[in-house]
Amino acid sequence: MFTSILFYAFGTLVVIAALGVITARNPVHCALFLVFAFITSAVIWLLLEAEFLAVTLLVVYVGAVMVLWLFVVMMLDIDLAKLKQGFTRYAPLGTLIALIVIAQIGLVVWARNLGLEPAAPPVPKPAGYSNTAELGELLYTRFLYPFEVAAVILLVAIVAAITLTMRHRPGQKIQDINRQVAVRAKDRIRIVKMDAEGGQ
Amino acid sequence: MIPLSHVLLLSGILFSLSVAGIFINRKNVLLLLMCIELMLLSVNFNFIAFAHYLGDLSGQVFVFFILTVAAAESAIGLAILVVLFRERQSINVEDLDTMRG
Repeated sequence: MFTSILFYAFGTLVVIAALGVITARNPVHCALFLVFAFITSAVIWLLLEAEFLAVTLLVVYVGAVMVLWLFVVMMLDIDLAKLKQGFTRYAPLGTLIALIVIAQIGLVVWARNLGLEPAAPPVPKPAGYSNTAELGELLYTRFLYPFEVAAVILLVAIVAAITLTMRHRPGQKIQDINRQVAVRAKDRIRIVKMDAEGGQ
Repeated sequence: MIPLSHVLLLSGILFSLSVAGIFINRKNVLLLLMCIELMLLSVNFNFIAFAHYLGDLSGQVFVFFILTVAAAESAIGLAILVVLFRERQSINVEDLDTMRG
């Protein structure tokens, strides 16, 4: 009973947060609403016994990715008035499409309409059960190769992000190691032979 | 106990809200990326709900991978956005017509 109340309360909060993301005028507010959506969905994931993922969502997503988002949003100097021009024009279309999608998913999900047996309620896990340990065991045995691929994807993302955003301003004074190593003595010093001046 | 269909319905509502968000905010690349993040979140809801109700942890492993890919996607997307803004001083979708698409 208590979990149901928590679920509906936080489900409402997630929906409110999502509404805030799509309707807020200021991108900073959108990002903060997205943070709110992530936090409330972490609570719902806890109710669904996905403890490790809930904590990961909080630490990695709210703590790292959304901070990156906020940095970028604040760095860009966006002309808000121009970007919001078509808002009211497309709002009815967006609402219509959202309602259609909700109706479709609701029809499909409402299992009673399809004559299916409702899923049996899962047995709560015992007190000593560790979601993290189970997940780790699965991740390092059955899903080892996908795990490695995920690591490579992250590496590629790092390299791509750095190469995309790195720029060289002209006239910047940077050490070029290649040129420093390849330099020869004759490039730098010129030896001039001259007679000694006669002492008078 | 929470019925499975309610979790799925919640994720469906989240997904359709983010689809509506893509329609409403179609000029702002930043908000389009945020709506995609919201979509990925709603998909994760489905995976976690089924992992819970079917007693199979593979669903949670998939959520783990989706989170990884989403983080990589947002990093690269934001990098592209920053470069774009540096070039054009705008993130309006309508200004991005170099390829005449």
